[in-house]
Amino acid sequence: MNEMERIDCEEAVQRLAEYLDQELDPDGSTELEQHLERCRSCFSRAEFERQLKTSIRENLGSADVPAPFEKRVRLLLKGLVEGE
Amino acid sequence: MTESQRIETEPNLDPGWFEDRVVELLPDLLGAARSLAGDPSDAEDLAADTVARAWEHRGDLRERGRFRGWIFRILRNVFLSGRRRRQSRPVEVPLSDEEGEDRPFSLFERLHQPFLLWWSNPEEEFLNGILREDLAEAVDALPDSYREVLVLIDVHGFRYAEVAAALEIPVGTVRSRLARGRSRMQEHLWRHAVDRGLREPPRPGQRRPE
Repeated sequence: MNEMERIDCEEAVQRLAEYLDQELDPDGSTELEQHLERCRSCFSRAEFERQLKTSIRENLGSADVPAPFEKRVRLLLKGLVEGE
Repeated sequence: MTESQRIETEPNLDPGWFEDRVVELLPDLLGAARSLAGDPSDAEDLAADTVARAWEHRGDLRERGRFRGWIFRILRNVFLSGRRRRQSRPVEVPLSDEEGEDRPFSLFERLHQPFLLWWSNPEEEFLNGILREDLAEAVDALPDSYREVLVLIDVHGFRYAEVAAALEIPVGTVRSRLARGRSRMQEHLWRHAVDRGLREPPRPGQRRPE
C-alpha cells in the first residue's frame, strides 16, 4: 500500500462483495477502485467474482420446461378463461 | 367504459396473447422459480401459481411491453407470500447464521496462481468449465435461508435493503447469509470439480507435475 492508497488488500477483499453488488457508498467504491488499479491480485479476484456472479445470473435465470408442465399451464389458463 | 379506458385494459382482454406470452416466458419463469424454491416440484407449483395470479390480476397490466417485468414481480410476490405462510413451521436456519463463523471458502484463493506464466489462467479455465447443472446443484444444496437471499440478490438483482424488507430480517443478517451462502456455494463447486478430476493447483513453491 503506498501513501496515495487508503486501503490495503485485506480491506479491499472485505469490501469487494458489496462493491460488486453495488451496495458500497461512492467514497468506499472510489477507494476500492484505486486499489484495484494498482493491485494485480485483487484485480484478478474482483474479475473472478464478477464473472462468477454473472454466470449465476445467466445460468439460473432460465430452465428447460418439461412438456407435461407446459401442458399443465395451458390447461390451467384454459380453465381460468372458461371459468369466467 | 370510455375509449381510453378500453385501450388501457385491452392487453388483458386477449387470452390468446396472454397464453402465448406466458408460454414464451415459461423457461425464464420456471428457472426463476426453480432457483427460489429449490425443489423442482415446488418450483412448478410456484410458476403455475404465478400464472394463475397473473391472469387474476391482468387488469393491473397497463402495457403489453411491460408484461415480462410485471409477471416476474408477481412470481417474487407469490414466493414471498408463500414463504411468510410457511413461517409457522421452522425455517431451516443453520446454527452459524446468527452467531459463530463458518470458515469462509474462496474459489479464487484455491485457483489463483500468482507466479504462473501469463498464458495460464486457472480461474478462467474453471469458470469456463462450470455448467448450469453445477450451479443449480450448488445453489439447491444451500440451506433455505441462505439460498433465498443469494438467489434474490444474484439472480433477481434485489438490493440488500429490499431483501431485508421482503424477508423481514435486518440488513446485517442479509449480508451474513449472503456471504455464507456464497462461501458454501463456492466450496460445493470446488468439491464437485475435484470429484470430476480437477487437479488442485500446486501451492507456491510446489512443482507442477511434468
